[in-house]
Amino acid sequence: MIKLPDAEHLLTALTAQMRPHVTPPTGLVGIRTGGVWIAERLHAALQLAVPPGTLDVSFYRDDFDAEGLKHEIKPSQIPFEVEGRDLVLVDDVLYTGRTIRAAMNELFDYGRPRSIRLAALIDRGGRELPIAAQFLGAAIEVPASAQIELARDAHGRLSFVLHQD
Amino acid sequence: MKIHIKNGRVIDPASNSDAPRDIFIAAGKIVALGNAPAGFNANRTIDAAGLIVCPGLVDLAVRLREPGFEYMATLESEMDAAVAGGVTSLACPPDTDPPLDEPGLVEMLKFRAKNLNQAHVYPVGALTVGLKGEQLTEMGELTDAGCVAFSHADAPLTDTQLLLRALQYAATFDFPVWLRPQDAWLARGGVAHDGQVATRLGLPAIPACAETAALETILLLTRETGARVHLCRLSSAQGVELVRAARQRGFNITCDVAIYHAHLSEMDIGYFDPNCRLTPPLRSLRDRDALRAALADGTVTALCSDHAPVDDNAKQLPFDAAEPGATGVELLLPLALKWIEESRLPLAQGLARVTSEPARILGIDAGRIAVGAGADLCIFDPQQYWKIGPTTLKSQGKNTPFTGFEIKGKVRHTLVEGQLVYESR
Amino acid sequence: MFLNHNPQLNKNGELHHLLAIDGLPAGVLRQILDTAQSFVGVTGREIKKVPLLRGKAIFNLFFEPSTRTRTTFEIAAKRLSADVINLAVNLSSHAKGESILDTVANLAAMQADMFVVRHASSGAPHLIARHVSPEIHVVNAGDGRHAHPTQALLDMFTIRHYKQDFTSLRVAIVGDVLHSRVARSQIHALATLGVPEIRVVAPRTLLPTHVESLGVHVYHDMAKGLKNVDVVMMLRLQNERMEGAFLPSPQEYFKFYGLTADKLALARPDAIVLHPGPMNRGVEIDSDVADGSQSVILPQVTFGIAIRMAVMSILAGN
Repeated sequence: MIKLPDAEHLLTALTAQMRPHVTPPTGLVGIRTGGVWIAERLHAALQLAVPPGTLDVSFYRDDFDAEGLKHEIKPSQIPFEVEGRDLVLVDDVLYTGRTIRAAMNELFDYGRPRSIRLAALIDRGGRELPIAAQFLGAAIEVPASAQIELARDAHGRLSFVLHQD
Repeated sequence: MKIHIKNGRVIDPASNSDAPRDIFIAAGKIVALGNAPAGFNANRTIDAAGLIVCPGLVDLAVRLREPGFEYMATLESEMDAAVAGGVTSLACPPDTDPPLDEPGLVEMLKFRAKNLNQAHVYPVGALTVGLKGEQLTEMGELTDAGCVAFSHADAPLTDTQLLLRALQYAATFDFPVWLRPQDAWLARGGVAHDGQVATRLGLPAIPACAETAALETILLLTRETGARVHLCRLSSAQGVELVRAARQRGFNITCDVAIYHAHLSEMDIGYFDPNCRLTPPLRSLRDRDALRAALADGTVTALCSDHAPVDDNAKQLPFDAAEPGATGVELLLPLALKWIEESRLPLAQGLARVTSEPARILGIDAGRIAVGAGADLCIFDPQQYWKIGPTTLKSQGKNTPFTGFEIKGKVRHTLVEGQLVYESR
Repeated sequence: MFLNHNPQLNKNGELHHLLAIDGLPAGVLRQILDTAQSFVGVTGREIKKVPLLRGKAIFNLFFEPSTRTRTTFEIAAKRLSADVINLAVNLSSHAKGESILDTVANLAAMQADMFVVRHASSGAPHLIARHVSPEIHVVNAGDGRHAHPTQALLDMFTIRHYKQDFTSLRVAIVGDVLHSRVARSQIHALATLGVPEIRVVAPRTLLPTHVESLGVHVYHDMAKGLKNVDVVMMLRLQNERMEGAFLPSPQEYFKFYGLTADKLALARPDAIVLHPGPMNRGVEIDSDVADGSQSVILPQVTFGIAIRMAVMSILAGN
């Protein structure tokens, strides 16, 4: 039985970590869907100059041949100029690192950023690529057979949900 | 060779009889029914227990594809197929290449067929030279060569004045004329019946009036000339109505329906199945039901196979480019039985459509079981199912909409003039 | 006869070939429209490509010539990073008598992943789909009079873009429905997506006898047919129609069935006008309508690329 961390507490900690290191022109880019919720909250708390962007990454994944296209695809939207800007990618759960790889490839098709850093609410280990989060809520251990996901209730409160296979 | 067929259920539509009886054959004829003649020593005894013995089938349209279309099928393969289907007399349409418009071609066909010693072949001669619809053929010479009737097959005959002259000429000598009612202009460019399916699939359509308009013309000209006309391959409910009305007025005109039209409709085209590319086209369910009713009430007296084997390449094409036609001589019996069973008719009445009635239309002494008649017989198992497919069909043409179907009615023995020309295991 | 299994869907009910709109569930149509929405965003970027179909080989098999449609499929495939090979089959071995299936078999041996097929005969893509090996997907780019599914899908995408809700619309399709694969696909798509009133407007010679069985209301009077409609979908009139005794002349056709500003005024004031292109100005549509504020003909073209990207992506992934 895994004790799930409190997502709201982690978000508070993450915000505090990021505040001294993130300048107003920084572009936040949330990865669907959990990363987008977090990016919206971070954006409000950090009072950044430009609105957050959202990435779907479906067209950049490396598992297309095996899995095909997922059914719920929403358009990616970057409402700021990527060229020459410092960006922070935001995701809920950092796992194999493949989603982040796909997100970076997609971002580079919008332009050449000055830098990209990664903010994640939790890191569950199991990396398959050399990717790391510069801003992290907590590192936890989750068995390979389980899936951990972020959920948001009607009041906007975030929490983690565990699915055992 | 003396043959004794014992324990069979003998059905003779001509005398409307259906009873268990033994049959005794000698010198190519039926010499006795029931009890053996004195001193009869059979060379061969066939035990037909559980089987039906009926007259050998008479098929009014079997394309043998010779001369000219040997890549589709040969005389040998199609004659094999005919007897495997229990067919002992067949009429062969003139649409060969060249068409049967010269006595030499007819004589050659009859000669080759006779040497195979299988079914009797009755060539139908071309009504016009080359089937071009321009010039009459030498119907007298062709009749001497062996033609039993004259037709235009599926070739267009648009010149109504020529049709009138052809009927007048034929009527002079009482030559039968077989005509397929299709108005070439109304049917021009069409490949499927003008119904819901053609609308949905975007197929160029043939309206039903292409049949009825031509039918009206043929009926009028036939009455004018007094020619002996037989109508081939009726396909529509309205066509049936016209014929029924004419017959009720005392007009004695005969007609036939092809087996596929008695069972299938435009709905069977499915996703463009080229095996359903037929001429005339498969029409609506209502038309199919009208044809079945007409076969039952005697408005239509004959069911034929309209056998048209084609090579596979000609069918592996989009619907409108596929060669029309289906193989069918081996399916005449099982598909007739299917119609009979579904229509709840007595076998003796239903089997008349493929034996005594087509024989009457052809004007030959066949299609009946009687003492003194030729021993042309079909012995079949009415309950045995077999699966229709390339390995079970003997015809070189494997193109049928019924591929993959299991159907009842398997021929066990076929006799022509007292000779066993086909036996299955 | 062919069994009733829909050849377009695989065992899981997912799209395996796109051959026709007829027979596709609404969910599949919506999936294509939703996916296309994302691709519209891609075509607005600096880098208009995504790497999704990298390494895949898409063969454009156009047995019937068409520069426009072939070009949009080619652009769509290239934006997915796929390799595209164009075969104008009428110019090559097909003219020498090679059958469609032989052509396809030769190409399949060259590691094709997808065939985009246009042919003058209805049902040709179905024939090809029945004979290719299971990994190859077939997209119908127009077959005879039967279907043009990607055109209908881009038309639906366009309507959704401007009108949002299909279930409250009146749509009129004007022109040669009898010969039109576009019209048949449009009718099925509109019906499947829940459009309550679909009208066809044409002279009797240009309507199939059983057109009502497709679920449409028939009008011969264009003024009545356009009254209060939300969407006007014009069809192209081909010159051959004058030869087949379907119509006396383009002038008379324009008089009765051409879309002019005053005929358009009978529709709702916010009605949109679509046309699959290329337009015959002055025959089916007046220039001032084609270039006017209610025309969405140019956006249709952009949406057409996104729709084809969506179709190819979904197929390649299933």
